[in-house]
Amino acid sequence: MTDTGHHPPHLAHHFSDVEQQRESAKLGMWIFLLTEILLFGGLFCAYAVYRAWNPDMFYSAHKFLNVYLGTLNTVVLITSSLTMALAIRSLQGDRVKRAVLLLAMTLLLAAVFMVVKYFEYSHKIHLGQLPGKYYTFTGVEGSNPHIFFGIYFAMTGLHGIHILIGMIVIAVVLYKTVKNNYSAEYYTPVEMTGLYWHLVDLIWIYLFPLFYLIG
Amino acid sequence: MKKEKHSEHILPYRLYFGVAAALLVLTVITVSVSFVNLGGWNAVVAVGIATVKALIVAFFFMHLLYDKKINLFIFSVALIMVGIFIILTMFDTLRRADIYDFTSKPINENAVIYDKAPADSASKPASQNHE
Amino acid sequence: MNMVTDKNYLQYPKGIRSWLFTLDHKRIGLMYLFAIMFFFFIGGVFAMLIRLELLTPDETIMGPDSYNQMFTLHGAIMIFLFIIPAIPAALGNFILPLMLGARDVAFPRLNLASFYIYVFGALFALFSIVTGAVDTGWTFYTPYSTESTGSVLSMTTGIFILGFSSIFTGINFIVTVHKLRAPGLTWFKQPLFIWGLYATAIIQVLATPVLGITMVLLILEKVFGIGIFDPAMGGDPVLYQHFFWFYSHPAVYIMILPGMGIISETITVFSRKKIFGYNAIAFSRLAIAFVSFLVWGHHMFTSGQSEIAAMIFSFLTFLVGIPSGIKVFNWLATLYRGQISMKAPMIYTFSFLFMFTIGGLTGIFLGALALDVHLHDTYFVVAHFHYVMMGGTVMAFLAGLHYWWPKIFGRMYSERQALISSILVFIGFNVTFFTQFILGSKGMPRRYYNYLDQFQPLHAFSSVGSWIMAAGFLLMGWYMIRSLFNGKRAGKNPWGGLTLEWTTDTPPLPGNFVEIPKINHGPYDYDKILVKPD
Repeated sequence: MTDTGHHPPHLAHHFSDVEQQRESAKLGMWIFLLTEILLFGGLFCAYAVYRAWNPDMFYSAHKFLNVYLGTLNTVVLITSSLTMALAIRSLQGDRVKRAVLLLAMTLLLAAVFMVVKYFEYSHKIHLGQLPGKYYTFTGVEGSNPHIFFGIYFAMTGLHGIHILIGMIVIAVVLYKTVKNNYSAEYYTPVEMTGLYWHLVDLIWIYLFPLFYLIG
Repeated sequence: MKKEKHSEHILPYRLYFGVAAALLVLTVITVSVSFVNLGGWNAVVAVGIATVKALIVAFFFMHLLYDKKINLFIFSVALIMVGIFIILTMFDTLRRADIYDFTSKPINENAVIYDKAPADSASKPASQNHE
Repeated sequence: MNMVTDKNYLQYPKGIRSWLFTLDHKRIGLMYLFAIMFFFFIGGVFAMLIRLELLTPDETIMGPDSYNQMFTLHGAIMIFLFIIPAIPAALGNFILPLMLGARDVAFPRLNLASFYIYVFGALFALFSIVTGAVDTGWTFYTPYSTESTGSVLSMTTGIFILGFSSIFTGINFIVTVHKLRAPGLTWFKQPLFIWGLYATAIIQVLATPVLGITMVLLILEKVFGIGIFDPAMGGDPVLYQHFFWFYSHPAVYIMILPGMGIISETITVFSRKKIFGYNAIAFSRLAIAFVSFLVWGHHMFTSGQSEIAAMIFSFLTFLVGIPSGIKVFNWLATLYRGQISMKAPMIYTFSFLFMFTIGGLTGIFLGALALDVHLHDTYFVVAHFHYVMMGGTVMAFLAGLHYWWPKIFGRMYSERQALISSILVFIGFNVTFFTQFILGSKGMPRRYYNYLDQFQPLHAFSSVGSWIMAAGFLLMGWYMIRSLFNGKRAGKNPWGGLTLEWTTDTPPLPGNFVEIPKINHGPYDYDKILVKPD
């Protein structure tokens, strides 16, 4: 059944209607998010294995993480998820200017997150709390304390890379929104960006207690 | 005339703010609880609260509650697979020491244990009892 | 809707740019086909060199370090650059939308990206061959891989990149099957090839990310000495194996499931009979996809993992054989009382049935803990996986290639030469690899450069088999390529199939269908519908 009437410019030729295209994009995005969960899942497994083998060392090592900065980052990401969701909600209501503002706020909050992370990382580098063979810090009780920091850097590092990628994607989408590419008729790319961004928030929601709030 | 396509669920603004508020409250709770010593339960509570937060983000911000069920199914499968990976791996990593229980004694309590065969005569049982 | 209806997808659009930036799934599938055939050839050359070296104990044509590189590269190339993409990316990309009555896959640009990522990853892998070659075995076990100086880094990076290609193809196929089926094509009217590709795609998206993180951790270990796999630093080398096999075991089902899908197609068309147990086969595919994730530890029985883990994995391994067994019985039942025509695709189908069964059963042998202690890391394992991967997947791939060749290129190949070639491949394969079951059970270890004199006759016999096989493949390349120039032009439906791809033009139009078809019969209703081949 071919679309003989109004053929929206954003409808690709192999889809029969906009609804099918949108549902497909969502389905595809959720499958991609599944792959991201599995990617981080491997690291969560490494965390579980090593924490089970070294519970006391993990407890001792985690005290050198700054709970306040971690909490701040959690609040920052939660807020950025809110602004992201509100940006999409604005587009659903055809409030393009509002959406632009909210996307810009999301981007800004993401940047704040990275700045906080920068301070945390440089503090650790300064103290020698580095992964693997570069570890020189002596304040942690238990054997092989570098394991905690190795996994910490691997997980927060991978998460940080995802934040950076997210920032680039949000910037592109922000630009396109400014150029009036999106409206209540079509805002799928923003919605997909939102899903990705919420996942990045989700992962942090787990990283935070696992590293910063150990007992 | 805008027609609301049935897949496009438009939620009220205050719902989003409510969810964000809930997330912030839960964050405060989880941080506070971490300063109280509950032994092994600290980990359980922390992960439990994190899970509640994660579910709120998934169901409301990511619209899983309102979407077609297949998206929720996909999300659940991902989590289940990670769970399987961790659990089956830990069947190995947490039970490595089991081997010492097996090697510390003979498999069969009533086994006859022979000395190394001497060069001249046929081998004799060293003892009838296990060592 | 303005659509080109007088030129096929090969002719329109014209120009090299239209190929390099194509969004047409058929063109992308074709480009994949040439790429994987190229890598099959390269991997095959390495295989021939290995068998040549093993003709005599001690040095025959190369030293031990080169030998280690040979089997590593043979494995890595064959697995990552040939067999995993082969059926899904080459044949699947071409046929899946046609079989569903769709104009393209759900995300054509992602499809093209998938191809270029594959090429990019392949270049990394080739680079690592040229700059120093890897000698760790395709499994990259720690601690050797973290300490070895070879080009492990570029190879693991290449594999990391290749993983994305696999993931994107998987996402595309799942969404296409869910969303782009023609009207009337319900889930249970789909051809079983679609179920095969669908189950494969599920595994691809679930398992490949873990391969990705494994490669990342390996790179971190090498570059930062992160120490999670190094016992001296409190790490665990066996953990690497858990990570690696969590992907690599389901990966073997990525290899076989599409092949099984093809067999369900060829066996019905060439016995002109409805498939026996459609639902059983469809659900078996999904069952295999799920259970395949629960058995990875059977590669690690002798690694030092805990006994309880070994027992659990052994038990689950026996479970995973059940759906495959169900399928073999269903295929046999389909053959029974069918009108069998022994065309080339059917010859490969029979080869598959014979060799996959042997491969599958020997997998069950290896799943038994007590047996595996003796057989692990021997030639028995090598024979087992070649029987399933080559005797299974490659035979199915060849069946599919010979089945869909007329549709893809519009030409028929020489049946007689196909018959000769298939016989050579069959004989050559069994001579090469059945011998290896014997070698393995007598104790010959795998990946060994040197061996005891008593093994030489069997090794030599196996090597001769490889030459027979190579002859078969070379003949195949010859007649296939010739058919492109001299082959009889094929009609729309040379085999009389009932699935949708046979209703399109040969070769298909760029937009596949002038009108999206409506489905009112099942894919194997040979008893209800008379179809004449043309």
